[in-house]
Amino acid sequence: MRYIIVFLMLASAAFAVEPDEMLDDPLLEARAREISKELRCLVCLNENIDDSNAGLAKDLRILVRERISAGDTNKETVQYVVDRYGEFVLLKPAFSVGNYVLWFTGPLLLIFGGLAALKFVRRRSKIEPESALSASEQEELEKLLRD
Amino acid sequence: MYAELGQYAIILALIFATVQAIIPMIGAQKGWSNWMSLGVPVAQIQFILILLAFAALTYAFVVSDFSVRLVAANSHSDKPMLYKVTGVWGNHEGSMLLWNLILALFGAAVATFGNNLPPALKARVLSVQAMIGVAFLAFLIFTSNPFLRLDPAPINGQGLNPLLQDPGLAFHPPFLYVGYVGLSMAFSFAIAALIEGKVDAAWARWVRPWTLAAWIALTIGISLGSWWAYYELGWGGWWFWDPVENSSFMPWLIATALLHSAIVVEKRDTLKAWTVLLAILAFSFSLIGTFIVRSGVITSVHAFANDPTRGLFILLILGLAIGGGLTMYAFRAGTLKSSSVFSTVSRESGLVLNNLLLSVAAAVVFVGTVWPLVIEFTTGRKISVGAPFFDLAFTPFMVILAMALPIGAVLPWKRAKLGKAMKPLWGALALSVALGALVWALQTGGRMLAPIGITLSAWIIFGSMADLASRARFRQVPFGNSMRRLRNLPGSDWGKVFAHSGLGMTIFGIAAVTAWEVEDIRTTQFGESYDVAGYEFTLISVEPARGANYTATRGEVIVTRGNETLMLYPEKRNFDVQQMPTTEAAIDMGLTRDVYVVLGDVQESGGYAMRVYIKPFANWIWIGTLVMAFGGLLSIFDRRYRVAAPSRKPVSANATPAE
Repeated sequence: MRYIIVFLMLASAAFAVEPDEMLDDPLLEARAREISKELRCLVCLNENIDDSNAGLAKDLRILVRERISAGDTNKETVQYVVDRYGEFVLLKPAFSVGNYVLWFTGPLLLIFGGLAALKFVRRRSKIEPESALSASEQEELEKLLRD
Repeated sequence: MYAELGQYAIILALIFATVQAIIPMIGAQKGWSNWMSLGVPVAQIQFILILLAFAALTYAFVVSDFSVRLVAANSHSDKPMLYKVTGVWGNHEGSMLLWNLILALFGAAVATFGNNLPPALKARVLSVQAMIGVAFLAFLIFTSNPFLRLDPAPINGQGLNPLLQDPGLAFHPPFLYVGYVGLSMAFSFAIAALIEGKVDAAWARWVRPWTLAAWIALTIGISLGSWWAYYELGWGGWWFWDPVENSSFMPWLIATALLHSAIVVEKRDTLKAWTVLLAILAFSFSLIGTFIVRSGVITSVHAFANDPTRGLFILLILGLAIGGGLTMYAFRAGTLKSSSVFSTVSRESGLVLNNLLLSVAAAVVFVGTVWPLVIEFTTGRKISVGAPFFDLAFTPFMVILAMALPIGAVLPWKRAKLGKAMKPLWGALALSVALGALVWALQTGGRMLAPIGITLSAWIIFGSMADLASRARFRQVPFGNSMRRLRNLPGSDWGKVFAHSGLGMTIFGIAAVTAWEVEDIRTTQFGESYDVAGYEFTLISVEPARGANYTATRGEVIVTRGNETLMLYPEKRNFDVQQMPTTEAAIDMGLTRDVYVVLGDVQESGGYAMRVYIKPFANWIWIGTLVMAFGGLLSIFDRRYRVAAPSRKPVSANATPAE
C-alpha cells in the first residue's frame, strides 16, 4: 500500500562526498572520485558510492581513499573492494566468461542484424522493376519531379 | 458514496470492455456490419465510465476523504491543492486507474475519429484495444482497487512523499502513461493487420499519428523525469541508467525506430513485416517497463509498491500480449509481401540503418537491465549493471547513428548517388569538423568527449539546416521564391528538421556538461569567498525558514562573476508529516551554464559543507528533447495525415515531389 521511494528518501538528504573525507592531493582525490563512480553502494538501490550518503557508502569512500593514499593503483583499489564485498559492487561487470552475453549482445546483434539488413537491401536492389527506365529517362523524370 | 460509484463504474467498464473485445472481432470475421459497428459506442461508454471513476477518485483526494484507504495512505489535508490532485496518480492504484483511463481514451479516439477507417480494420483494432483494456481493468479491480474504504477513517492522512510534491514530477507520470499506453494503439493496429494479412500505405498513415502522439508524450515524460532528477535530487546528475529509466527509454527507442520504418511503409510499401514487429515490440517494452516498475523484481530507485500478486498478474498480461503478438507474427508475417525495389544507396537503406541501430541500442539497454536478474536466477551470483556499463555499451551506437543521420536524411528514395546527395552537406560537415577541432584546440587536448560530441551535434544541426536550405534552393532561385518554397514544405518535413536538430542539441548538452562540468566540495565559513571556474561564491548566512508544509534551513549564497551578481538560496527541508529531510539545490539556470549550489551540514570544525557545480550548457539536454517533441507535433499536424489518411489510395498518388 505504501508508495515510498525508499531510495529517494536516502538520496534526497544526500550530500554524499563530505569535505572532511576528501584527500588533500587533488590528483588522488580525482582518482578516488573516478573509482567511486564505478562502485555500487551495497545497501542502496542502484546508486554508486560517490552519490550515496548511506553510512556504508561513506565507509567505502574512505576505504578507497586509504588504498589510494597507500599507493594502490585504481585497478588494485577496485580489486581490494571486490575481494571484500564481491563482484556485486562493480557497476560495470567484469569482462569475464560469465558476462560475455552482456558485453557481446550489442556488437553481435549489430553484426548479424547488419548482415541481415544488407541481405535484405541487396535483394531489394536485385529485383529489376518491370519497366526500368533508361538513364536519360530517369534523369528527365527526376527533373520533372523536382519542379 | 461516490467511491462506491467509482467502484461500480470500473466494474461496468470491465464488462463493456469484454463486450468490445469479443463482438466487433466476431463481426469482422463474419462480415456482420452491425456487430462490427458495436465497437464504437461501447468504446465511448467504456471511456466515460472510467472517466467517472477517475473523477470520483480525484474528488476523494480533493476533499481529503480519509475513509478511502488510498487517500489516507497518500494524502494529507495540509497538502497544497495542486499536489492533492496530482496525488491521485502519485500511488500505484491511482496510477493504474489513470493508465486505464488513457487506454480507454485512445480506444474512444479511434472509435470517434476513425470514421474513415475500413470498418473491419476499425472493428479489429477496437477489439484488440479492448482486450488490453480487459486485462488492465481486471488487474485494477482484483489486485489494485483504489476505492477500498477504511473504517474508522483516520483523522488525517499519511501524506505524499515530499519529493513528489514538485511540478516536474507531478506531470511526469501522465506524460509517460500517454506514451506507454499510446503505443498500445500501434500494437492493436499491428495485430489487426496481421489478422487481415494486409499492411499498406493507408495502414501506415493511420499508425503513424498515433505512434507519434505516444512518442511525443514519452519524449516529454522522460525529459520531465530527467529534469526533475537534475534539479530536485541535488546530486547534479540527469540520467542514472536506473532500471525504471531504462524501461521508459526502451519503448522510446523502439517507438523512434517504428516512426521511421512506418515512413518507409507509407511511402515505399516495403519493410512491412518489420514495421509490424516493431509495433508489437514497442508496446511489449511498455509492458515490460510496467512490470519492472510494479513488480519490484529489479531493485530500482523507483521501488513502487511491491506485491507478488501484482507482479504475477502483470507477468501474465505480459506473457499473453507479447507471446500472443509474436506467435501471431510468426504465423502471419509471411503474408505481408512487398514488391518495391530500391538500391543499396537510398533513403530506404538509410532508414533500415536507423532501425538497426535503434533496435540494437534498445537490445543493449534491455540486456543490461535484466542481466543481473538472469544471472541471479541461473547461477546465484549477484552482480550489478550500472551507468559505467551503459555509457560504454550504449554510446557507440548513438555515435554511429549521429554520423549517419544527416546523410540518411538527405538521400532520395529508391536510388541515390552518394556524391550527389552529399553535395549540400559538405559545408555542414566542414563546419562541424572545424568546430570540433576548435574545441579540441581550446581545451588543449584532454578528453575527446567534447570535441567528438560537439562535432556530431553540429553535424546533425547544420546538416538539417543544409537540407532545408537545399530544399528551399537558397542562392539558386530568388530569395522570395526560396521563402515560398520553405513555407510550402509539408509539416512532416519541418518536423523532421526540428526533431533531428533537437537530437543534435541534446547531444551537445550531454557532451558539454559531461566534459566541462566543474564541481567543488568544501567546508566554508560565513563571509568567506572562494573561486570555482571563475565564479566567486560566498555563504552569507544560514537561517531557519518556514514553507507551506515543511520547515527549512535556508542558506544565502552570493555568486559574482565580473559585474554579474546572483543570489542563491539552497535549502534543507524537513516535511512536517513525513519527518523526512530533503535537499533543495539552488540553481541559476541559463542557456550557457547552470550554477548549482547544494547546502550541506554544519561541520564540526565550524562552517557549512557546500557543494557547487558549474554545469555548462546543461539545459540544452532538455531544450533539445522539447525541440524533438515539437518536431513530432509539427509532423502530427501535417495536412497530409488528415486529408489523405482515410483513403486507401495507391502510394504514388500521394507521393509529393518535395520528398
